[in-house]
Amino acid sequence: MALVIALAPVLTGVVRKMKARLMRRRGASILQPWRDILRLMRKEVVLADNASWLFRVAPYVIFAATWVAAALVPTFATGLQFSWTADLIAIVALLGSARFFLALAGMDVGTAFGGIGSSREMMIATLAEPAMLLITFSLALIAGSTQLSTIAEVMASPAVGLRVSLGMALVAMVMVALAENARIPVDNPATHLELTMVHEAMVLEYSGRHLAMIELAAALKLLLYISLIACVFAPWGIAAPGAAPVTYLTATLAYLAKLTLGGAALAAFETSIAKMRVFRVPDFLGAALMLGLLGTLLLFVSRGL
Amino acid sequence: MGKAQITTVTLAEWVVAAEALAAGDATLLSLWGADGAVQMALMDAGHGLRVLTLPTETTFPSVARHHAPAQRLERTMTDLYGLTPAATPDPRPWLDHGRWPMRHPLGAKGPVAPEPPYAFLPVEGESLHQVAVGPVHAGIIEPGHFRFTAQGETVVRLEQRLGYTHKGVDALMLGASLERGAQIAGRVSGDSAVAYQWGFARAVETALDASVPPRATALRAVMAELERLANHLGDIGAICNDAAFAMMLAHCGALREHTLRAVGLAFGHRFCRDCICPGGVARDLTTEGAGALRDLVAEVRAKFPALVALYDGTASLQDRTVATGTLSPALAARFGAGGYVGRASGRDFDTRRDLPYAPYDRLSFTVPTRAEGDVNARVWVRIHEVEQSLALLSQLLDTLPEGPIHAALRAPTEPSAALTLTEGFRGDILIWLAMDASGTITRCHLRDPSWFQWPLLEAVIDGNIIADFPLCNKSFNCSYSGVDL
Repeated sequence: MALVIALAPVLTGVVRKMKARLMRRRGASILQPWRDILRLMRKEVVLADNASWLFRVAPYVIFAATWVAAALVPTFATGLQFSWTADLIAIVALLGSARFFLALAGMDVGTAFGGIGSSREMMIATLAEPAMLLITFSLALIAGSTQLSTIAEVMASPAVGLRVSLGMALVAMVMVALAENARIPVDNPATHLELTMVHEAMVLEYSGRHLAMIELAAALKLLLYISLIACVFAPWGIAAPGAAPVTYLTATLAYLAKLTLGGAALAAFETSIAKMRVFRVPDFLGAALMLGLLGTLLLFVSRGL
Repeated sequence: MGKAQITTVTLAEWVVAAEALAAGDATLLSLWGADGAVQMALMDAGHGLRVLTLPTETTFPSVARHHAPAQRLERTMTDLYGLTPAATPDPRPWLDHGRWPMRHPLGAKGPVAPEPPYAFLPVEGESLHQVAVGPVHAGIIEPGHFRFTAQGETVVRLEQRLGYTHKGVDALMLGASLERGAQIAGRVSGDSAVAYQWGFARAVETALDASVPPRATALRAVMAELERLANHLGDIGAICNDAAFAMMLAHCGALREHTLRAVGLAFGHRFCRDCICPGGVARDLTTEGAGALRDLVAEVRAKFPALVALYDGTASLQDRTVATGTLSPALAARFGAGGYVGRASGRDFDTRRDLPYAPYDRLSFTVPTRAEGDVNARVWVRIHEVEQSLALLSQLLDTLPEGPIHAALRAPTEPSAALTLTEGFRGDILIWLAMDASGTITRCHLRDPSWFQWPLLEAVIDGNIIADFPLCNKSFNCSYSGVDL
């Protein structure tokens, strides 16, 4: 749990640094997101006059839900402390409730931008969540469990091999991850244009420690998705429970390498593509939904696909 | 460029002119107030320029009633001079936000009267919501208020409210000397400093029948093309950045910066402020300066085609710009939209070619136009203008005449006036200058091309989605400072 929270802002920093280097800028240090969060923690909170208790509570709820969800993912070893408590469906549900509170908080103050952001976010969520669940079903059908540790172990075993359904699930998962993390082409995490924002529009009114919580939650979510993709589709090097300390060490290094690779792929993708129009996002996520559905259907047709 | 014909007209002739504008027989260039008169500048179909003066102390027949583009100009005139258009469709104030210590500062100064709060145009319908943006924006841009009424994501109406950078340029010009006037003109809109200074200098030279040494006019054109180059490069990158394609911004931004540095090296100021003065130019181009400019032209020539290919070849970017924010050719012609806004909607007009002034009359260049009128067309017009500017710079640097860079102006002997149109990067900048026998400015009216482009932006966004507004706005890139005189 402590590992994910320490790594999450660094991963965000790595992605930003790589994007900057790709554009031939020098870029800030990879520790900058951590510094920003610590700076925000020390700052005064400015609240809108008509903000309700919900507005003040929401950041902690969002952060807590995202943190628990991130702790459930097997990062470098299966059977970690929390792995047994909940499965992939619980992760989707935790993220869903975090999003629910974020959307509520966006509308709470009553500014136009918060409303626009919340409405866009919910539109994206209605398509991204079912897609994510369908991916979960495909994986569960192959692994025989929705438990992530079990899925990772099955995926790592030679029994699985290359499967069409897995390929579809991977593509769908990447699309969902892009949408969920407010990355280009669905949202632009670096924009200053209020009218085009999705995630940022909802948190425009936040400041100080509240904003720090939300930023940290956003960083955790990115880490969660990359870890999830890594542990399901590239489970190589993950340590089994009760392995030797050396195995744990190499597993950690492998995990860090996977994160860096994931971040690099994200940065390269974001640099090479423009943001899509808001009304094109349903098409994009609809494709993810269809891929997820196809993957599941294929598994019903034949367990070997 | 032929001299403008300046006539005093009667009420009936004024109305006839307004009706001719409405019928599309002429293009409204500007409308402004003066001491005891209203004045209107028109351009007829053969590019002939006319200035009509209607003597009046209080009221005059509204031009906006017949011809909508005059609306904001009339409202400004009412705020500054207290001259009221009769039967105007929109009597609301424009520049005066109720924060001035007096009313009508240039006319019969009056005490401040309590005004009702500014009423935005009503919008009726079901499930509409309003989004207020600005005047303070998240980016580092000028202030302006945008009131969107939207149904879901679709914009039903956009209404702009400008005037936040009002700085009293008209009042500052009154009674100023010509040198001071040239300085003020150069500071009206920072990104068009060269075009404004050149326009003002030409107005003085036309009024005094002065001739300018050929080396000076050539150097002025060098500065103007460099200004166009820098602005277009910056904006092409910024438009792509508004579609979250930051790569273009990074590369175009670097080219723009190199341009500004070369200009700074060649002329001593990155934006050529105070480099042009009536009678010539203030700074000569040295051999090193010319070398730096030649290197710059070679660099942009080498690097720009790859960026154009990147823009053209990125499908996700094309998807955002094609068919977004379409301006119909009819509307562009009606508003006399200058620059790339008009030229991307089929309005084939460029003062450098159609009302030529030295040195453009001896240079060869083409004026790119497109018919689609969308964001993509405006980007392409700018791309082609960059290429034309590069070609013009090469021609100018290769044929730079030797000789003096400044000719002393003769002292004025009688009151005189002149109207000039000069092509800035946004379009034609109109400058009307009237001075008395001692060379003191009695009225100077500076009309930025944005006067006729801002209202078109309101029209263009209709039916588009809110999230596409930044893209449309950046493709217009109107000046706030230029209209908030």
